[in-house]
Amino acid sequence: MSEEKMSIVLFSGTVDKLMAASIIAVGASAMGKKVTVFLTFYGLMAFRKDDWKTNTKFSKDFEEMAEPAMAAMKEKNVPSWMSMLNDAAEVGDLTIKACGMTMDLFGMEMEHLEPIVEEVTGVGTFVQDAEGGQTMFI
Amino acid sequence: MENVVITKESDARGSFCPGPLMELIRMVRDAEVGDVLAVISSDAGSQKDLPAWVAKAKHELLGQEDVDGAVKFIIKKTH
Repeated sequence: MSEEKMSIVLFSGTVDKLMAASIIAVGASAMGKKVTVFLTFYGLMAFRKDDWKTNTKFSKDFEEMAEPAMAAMKEKNVPSWMSMLNDAAEVGDLTIKACGMTMDLFGMEMEHLEPIVEEVTGVGTFVQDAEGGQTMFI
Repeated sequence: MENVVITKESDARGSFCPGPLMELIRMVRDAEVGDVLAVISSDAGSQKDLPAWVAKAKHELLGQEDVDGAVKFIIKKTH
């Protein structure tokens, strides 16, 4: 398929935005794009080992939706955002990178992160990865 | 569609976008060239997404049939 690229800066660590980012990543991977997700700040914290299993945080401006949305996803067997990313990695070309600055700032190591995170890079590498493709900030 | 022999069929009703698309991609990947695959989907997004993927991946959409309000997509793996 094509060599088109999609790059996502995942800054948010709330489930609603993690879902949105993961669905876009899996859709873009399925449609043959080379997808890079750069995890920074709260986005990276959401990838600490096993954190996704208990994360029920929701965007503050839609906080009242947290409970009904989580309940609806559970009732309708919507896959977790983490399993969607695993799907994206399986069907397509998806790379997840951790922001080195966030790692240093919060004393995080690769061993603290989910195995889907492949490497630690700086923003310069991300900009290079993203060059010539679509980029979004979530 | 009567003369088409379906090699493998998957019922993805109840699965949400992008579930049926993922199911189709896995099936195509695991199939042999020339196999005819069918996916039944009830979610709204897949109605457009599945044909779009088939076109993008350059396989062939042989047809789509109504199955109790859901849609059965019939796809031939061409390469």
